Amino acid sequence: MTTEQPLASYLPASGNLSVSAMLRGMRRQWLWFYTRLFAVILYLPSVFILLFSFNSGIHVAFPLKEWTFDWYIALGRNGALLTAAGNSLKVGVAASLMSTTIGVLGGFALVRYRWPGGQGLTALSMMPLLMPSIIMGISLLVLLRTIGFGNSLTAITIGHIVFCTPLSLSIMMSRFVTLDRTLEEAALDLGANEIGTFLKITLPLSVSAIAASIILCLTASIDEFVIAFFLAGTDVTLPLYIWGQLRFPSRLPEILALGSCMLLGTLALIVVGEMLRRRGAAQNVT
Amino acid sequence: MRSMRQRVGRYLLLTPLGVTSILTVVIALGLITVLSFQRTDPAALFTDFTWAAYQDNVARPLFWRVLGRSLVISALVTIVTIVLAYPVAYFISFKAGQAKHILLVIVSAPFFTSYLLRIFGWKIILGFNGVLNSALLGLGLIDQPLAFLVYNPGAVIIALSHAYLAFAILPIYVSLDRIERALLEAASDLGARPASVFLKIVLPLSAPGVISAAVLIFVPTVGDYITPTLVGGPEGVMVANLIQSAFGKANDWPAGSAMSVATILTVGIPLLILFSLGHRRARSNA
Repeated sequence: MTTEQPLASYLPASGNLSVSAMLRGMRRQWLWFYTRLFAVILYLPSVFILLFSFNSGIHVAFPLKEWTFDWYIALGRNGALLTAAGNSLKVGVAASLMSTTIGVLGGFALVRYRWPGGQGLTALSMMPLLMPSIIMGISLLVLLRTIGFGNSLTAITIGHIVFCTPLSLSIMMSRFVTLDRTLEEAALDLGANEIGTFLKITLPLSVSAIAASIILCLTASIDEFVIAFFLAGTDVTLPLYIWGQLRFPSRLPEILALGSCMLLGTLALIVVGEMLRRRGAAQNVT
Repeated sequence: MRSMRQRVGRYLLLTPLGVTSILTVVIALGLITVLSFQRTDPAALFTDFTWAAYQDNVARPLFWRVLGRSLVISALVTIVTIVLAYPVAYFISFKAGQAKHILLVIVSAPFFTSYLLRIFGWKIILGFNGVLNSALLGLGLIDQPLAFLVYNPGAVIIALSHAYLAFAILPIYVSLDRIERALLEAASDLGARPASVFLKIVLPLSAPGVISAAVLIFVPTVGDYITPTLVGGPEGVMVANLIQSAFGKANDWPAGSAMSVATILTVGIPLLILFSLGHRRARSNA
């Protein structure tokens, strides 16, 4: 079924023009048009950030002045920004590896074994996804302060592990649900113990999903603002750096250039992660 | 002996998840509840139990006016988002054919890009000297920049709805995709018109997806901090701004905790009732 037939093709070839067939055709056209418009509007704010990052004028307004790469060149010379980018990368890598490890172990335990109140356990682990970030931010702040932990990059990393774990858990659980159990059972029947089966059968068959989880958590951590806002000490991450610069109108073009890099980077990673996840779901018998 | 070791092993798998997601979140929420009953004086922390933070902060008209505004804004955002996203989810599930998976990635990818940047994008679009005003001026449609575009609750609703559009599609799509196609064919074979097939079969069967989309949008947006701060102006202040200023400038943590607890209860109790009603209904249907 194609979705882009010209309107005329919905008209019956014979002279007997059916109004209802034409209306049906128009409705399909309307939905297709609406979906396209929707997709365009979805990307619109990001497109404006990208467009004006190449504009030589300081103001974000039409008409555009000259095209320039100056703002991107300035990014490379901005020491504070590069430090923030380094911090974001450190926090993101640590948080994504930790939360993916937790997601793999916890997801496997939840999918393979029966637990008292199993459904509730899963729902409870997904709770950080539903909570407003500000509640997460302040409650983690209070918790870390209570156990004598100051605001720092480490505190942000802990916050991001809590924040990213449900993401990883949902990816890993859907992987383990679709994984062909007979492969694991065969290994157990042939004398492997549970740990050996997990390491030699389950994990290798889940590599794509694990990679997808790491990528998703990495982008989520690098882009996360509110939790980091409450847990940050003197060292800032990229979104915090951007937040601090928003007060200064003259810094706006540089922020647009930085924002463009982050938006495009995230989109590229998400597409790669989605491809890996898709491949992982299909990967049952090798 | 072996089964004992296996059981211990299974609990070890679940431990990291239990610590990060469940314990951290539960303890953190418990701590802000405890903190909300403390005195503002940091030296007197955890010495007695008082309602003072509630009397001074929650029991005043300002708090309920702002919380009420947050609830109304979130309710409107939820409705706008679902109404706009439903046709797209419908199109992807029923009409997109081969393009299904690509379309799903295209419409959901923006959700993973930086939330801060997407809201910031709306600030530059709606600003007084921003993209939209300068474009309208350039086209000669207006003589003066429109001042009502930004720094009001309307701008908050636009930016929030846009930010959650991508998020609304997935749960609706999943429930639409589960609908048995034979049901629809049977209905139209028996003479039902497309409109009544949609109203009597598709819409009721997709209700679970719509409800979960509504919860997934409503709960985080009530506590949103970035959007009211960037585009809300004085009339668009939401409850997260009050909580943040208590933890920030005012440095009155019990006040911020009390307002957080009041917000969580206001949003959480109706949700729990909704869930248990849905649970009971699902059980009686089964």
